Amino acid sequence: MAFDSFTAFIAMEGHGPYVWTCYGVFFLLVAAMMVWSWRRHQAELKSCRRVHEAADGSGRGSAQPTPATFTRVKVSQD
Amino acid sequence: MWQIFHKLGSPKWFFGIATRLMPWLLAGALALLAVGLVWGLAFAPKDYLQGNSYRIIFIHVPSAFLAQSVYIMMASAAVVTLVWRMKLADVFVKAVAPVGLVLTFLALFTGAVWGKPTWGTWWIWDARLTSMLILLFLYGGAIALDRAINDEKSAARAVAVLVLVGVVNIPIIKYSVEWWNTLHQPATFKLTEKPSMPAEMWVPLLLSVLGLYLMFGWLACLRMQTEILVREQRTRWVKEHVLARRAG
Amino acid sequence: MNAETRPLIKPQESGVSTVAAMRAVFSRDMKVAFRQRQDLLNPLLFFVMVVTLFPLGVSPEVSFLREAGAGILWVAALLSVLLSLDHLFRHDFDDGTLEQLVLQPQPLFLLVLAKTLAHWVLTGLPLVLLAPVLGVMVHLEGNSIAVLCLTLLIGTPVLSLIGSIGAALTLGLRSAGVLLSLLIIPLYIPVLIFGTGTVAAATEGAPVGAYVALMGAFLVLAITLAPFAAAAALRISLSNS
Repeated sequence: MAFDSFTAFIAMEGHGPYVWTCYGVFFLLVAAMMVWSWRRHQAELKSCRRVHEAADGSGRGSAQPTPATFTRVKVSQD
Repeated sequence: MWQIFHKLGSPKWFFGIATRLMPWLLAGALALLAVGLVWGLAFAPKDYLQGNSYRIIFIHVPSAFLAQSVYIMMASAAVVTLVWRMKLADVFVKAVAPVGLVLTFLALFTGAVWGKPTWGTWWIWDARLTSMLILLFLYGGAIALDRAINDEKSAARAVAVLVLVGVVNIPIIKYSVEWWNTLHQPATFKLTEKPSMPAEMWVPLLLSVLGLYLMFGWLACLRMQTEILVREQRTRWVKEHVLARRAG
Repeated sequence: MNAETRPLIKPQESGVSTVAAMRAVFSRDMKVAFRQRQDLLNPLLFFVMVVTLFPLGVSPEVSFLREAGAGILWVAALLSVLLSLDHLFRHDFDDGTLEQLVLQPQPLFLLVLAKTLAHWVLTGLPLVLLAPVLGVMVHLEGNSIAVLCLTLLIGTPVLSLIGSIGAALTLGLRSAGVLLSLLIIPLYIPVLIFGTGTVAAATEGAPVGAYVALMGAFLVLAITLAPFAAAAALRISLSNS
């Protein structure tokens, strides 16, 4: 341990504010990137699922299987 | 050989590999960053010249390092986009450019905050900070161009040309900024240059660099997967993938 | 029309040599430009006005102007080249000439080089010729003015060449002007640094030969690489529209 006490660790001999600001912003931005990317991924998965479920639901009645390139999916389901 | 090449370029194949790889990347990143940063913050000895403010190095250097290598990676992917027209390379450039931008910003921000106790001012027109600022502009330009073009394929190829032009310019920019710096302010002392760094300082630094690399790997995989889903939404394998997940 | 279509006629069969085609592109651009003279004057007026802003906005003191003069002139020249770049391919793109150009049997990058040369003669060269007058107005000394003109003479073609890449990339986009500046300004920085640095060295009485040679190297590098990138970008932009 390079510091005698916890308060010394926080103060860093006067350099505390600078060091902790940097670490704070670093963690904030990295965490924000992670969370944001993750949420976007989940949202995209959800929208894919909705599209394919809708395609399945409407395609079930007909004898034709749903083609892979289904153009009707552009219709908003919201 | 060509079969492997085609397989590597297949979004479906990448999607599977990434899914398996990502937990390891994330675990490795968190472990290495935790050890490296706690070691650097609390256990590494104080620097005799700069005092405790030097502890910013453990995030400044990894961010700066990664910011530059992400641009190089993007340029390599740009070559693949232009020569082989591989879809995965397009996806990579689009997915990681914002990550590179954030890392460059972090390097600049930590450099500026570090400058306050070291040089007594927030911003100094130091060669490295200035080059970083220009790198930030290059990332911004690539992202702006990508957003401005609607057609996916054209956007990818236009951005590829821009990134390649940028990567040819980076050494010239670095050289000219360094020359300009010696012209205007001789002998300021550098933030990150130490004649000899003891092992208690460079080992945690190395750990945090590796940790951030793995973190970038995780982010890149995740963001590429998202981008692949957007582009391949209507294919059969995406359908099977998303519907299987609902059932499971 | 698909810009990717390769020409069916080989250059030797088409009957027009590459040099003749380049000359034709060059003289056509000159002719078109001289029919719209206001477009030629605008960058020059802009150049003079930006330079005028500095004594008014910062300080008219001789000592300040003498020190900052070269930088002011260089930044103003850079901005006016940037302003004129939007016209480089725009008209040809709008009336379809550009697609014909892409389909020519001659190598596209050489035709782009000819177009860029015409752009420089129409905007860069007048700036260089105007620079001594403005140099006197910002109290630069004779020797500094000469070096400044020399650096502008070598530097402005580099600005046009790098700019042609940006102009080709942003062709046909909304808000192309602002985007063009965003893409191109970072790439202009080395030229700006060495342009003003050379004048600063001359003002201090240091030898400038090495710096001028280095700027010449930039020019050679730009001539060899930029037309390729611009030609590739043109093909991409045309296949997009």
